[in-house]
Amino acid sequence: MSQPTAICPNCGAPIRFRWSSAVQTTCEYCKSILVRHDVNLEKVGQVADLPPDISPIQIGTEGVYRNSAFQVIGRIVYSYDLGSWNEWHLMFSNGSSGWLSDAQAEYAVSFLSAAEGFLPLPQNVTRGWHTKQQGVDLTITTLTEANYEGVEGELPFTYWDKERCWFADLRSADGRFATIDYTENPPLFFLGEFIDFDSLRLVNLKEFEGWTA
Amino acid sequence: MNAVARKIVPRPKALNCPNCGSAIELRAMGAAATVVCSYCSTTLDATNPQLVILQRWEAQITVQPLIPLGARGKLSGGIWEVIGFQQRGIDVEGTNYYWREYVLFNPYKGFRYLSEYDNHWSFVTPIPSLPIPGKNNYNRETATYDGAVYDHFQSAKACTWFVIGEFPWQVKVGEIVDTADYIAPPKMLSAETTGNEVNWSRGEYLEGKDIWAAFQLPGEAPAAIGVYSSQPAPVDTRPGRPWKLFFIYAALLIGMMIFFSARALQETVLDETYTFQPAATGERSFVTKVFQLRGDKTNLRVEVNANLDNQWAFFGMALINDETGQAYDFGRQVSNYHGVDAGESWSEDDHADAATLPGIPGGRYYLRIEPETETPAPLASMRMPAPIIYNVKLIRDVPFYFRYFLGIFLLLLPLPFLGRKGRGIEQSRWAESDYGVPPNTIVWQSSSSSGDNDE
Repeated sequence: MSQPTAICPNCGAPIRFRWSSAVQTTCEYCKSILVRHDVNLEKVGQVADLPPDISPIQIGTEGVYRNSAFQVIGRIVYSYDLGSWNEWHLMFSNGSSGWLSDAQAEYAVSFLSAAEGFLPLPQNVTRGWHTKQQGVDLTITTLTEANYEGVEGELPFTYWDKERCWFADLRSADGRFATIDYTENPPLFFLGEFIDFDSLRLVNLKEFEGWTA
Repeated sequence: MNAVARKIVPRPKALNCPNCGSAIELRAMGAAATVVCSYCSTTLDATNPQLVILQRWEAQITVQPLIPLGARGKLSGGIWEVIGFQQRGIDVEGTNYYWREYVLFNPYKGFRYLSEYDNHWSFVTPIPSLPIPGKNNYNRETATYDGAVYDHFQSAKACTWFVIGEFPWQVKVGEIVDTADYIAPPKMLSAETTGNEVNWSRGEYLEGKDIWAAFQLPGEAPAAIGVYSSQPAPVDTRPGRPWKLFFIYAALLIGMMIFFSARALQETVLDETYTFQPAATGERSFVTKVFQLRGDKTNLRVEVNANLDNQWAFFGMALINDETGQAYDFGRQVSNYHGVDAGESWSEDDHADAATLPGIPGGRYYLRIEPETETPAPLASMRMPAPIIYNVKLIRDVPFYFRYFLGIFLLLLPLPFLGRKGRGIEQSRWAESDYGVPPNTIVWQSSSSSGDNDE
């Protein structure tokens, strides 16, 4: 895995990429949001103060999903009516990328997928909508209106300066999970599964005062 | 592993209730959505650092949780802290039934719940799946999850009556949700519907003593009342279980029988044929040769076989220890009768008999035999009556089957009782359900009735 280094155009600090395919990162020193254009980095924004962090996961956390080792290299933070949650960007040892969401300490791993058939339009999406994706029967169970709160670290696409975001979450009979992300047009489709915290065998976690993992 | 700087999330600072000014301890590290002041029951928005008031509420009732907020316990492989408590109730035909729920939190593993009703407890885990609805063979609703079929037990509208502490959702006193419970003891699936959002969870039955041990609570857990919906029936009364136990023990007995039969000596120590003249006078008793009985205290089988013709014979016997003179007295009677009545020939043939003498110690023995038979009428015939020829056989240490068959018979005796007890538990359990009867009951539906509830 190549680890190209560059210089932050804002403060001159070295920027080290953990993942060669990253198209966006943040400067650890001046908190600039940087987008990659070939070899150059462009400052597109500034990381706002993120809401108080409730997740045990952080950038640098490592774990194992279905016998594949991964490292957490970036995140997107949203807030909604029950608090905030993270979409942690995972870099797997084979170079592929995935997402680990941690809303209310309920963990799900998912991957950007090509949806089979048509996804409902944002104005038509309702709970109870059924679809079959890769042989799995899925039903929309939750519609979430969220606020984009910020980004950190390396992401596989440019993502910043959002405001209101709409998501439709889908569930199956056997713990599979999917999200339709309406922040893009056409919407993005992520498919994966809910996963038990212990089975991810996470290390480099944050510590909570008075608790042991 | 890449080096990552150690980062410790501090315990949240206690805040003051904006309504009554009391200190509110935040235990969920910011993961909760709502916190309810333990003193004035005001509901506050825990996602907002200013703790905005969501609901002001004059406490109508105060319920003391059995496990205090802040207590930690080890359950189901994790450490959990009690961070919230609520009492909820359902109204069934004018009667209110209340139960209590505890919110458990671990900053790594998230939220779990404990529910308690009449001192029956359940450890509840939210499930991120949609169980599959179905019907059983008796047209009763089921839900299938993770390979197990759960029978529909009860649907109701649950109202929140009392709340303190932190909750991962926006809890409100007076809020009503639709609940549906499905059981497969010791597990229960529950669906809670608000609006058109359904949340499923799975509960695992626990006894009060498990909770008391997990949270190291003082004293003893109060005794549970009645049979709870997901309470497992005592192991020995579950359907099929008594028969399973019966077959296990019967197989054990048969195994013992085979084992001890194979080990039995089955040694013939005497096998002699004697002749006895019924008309002879004088001393009839005689003694056999001395023989050795091997082994410790064990049985001795005696077989007598005589050729008889319309007569009986009785053999008084004594087994006498040659060394100590100790005698075991017994007797065997044999007979054989036959004839022709009204052209039909008949016979009653008992010319052979056997007995097993239990617990004869090893040693040198002999047998004293005194044969008897009916005295022939002196004038009936001038001829001498035919001699009785008989055989006496002694076999040391024979397998003894009767006790095993008796054992198997005794094993059968509790089966009807256990079966009835098991059915009784199921009747009590389902009496509290929407149906009143277990899910494998045929309910005859009249055409005018909708059928679900035939009270």
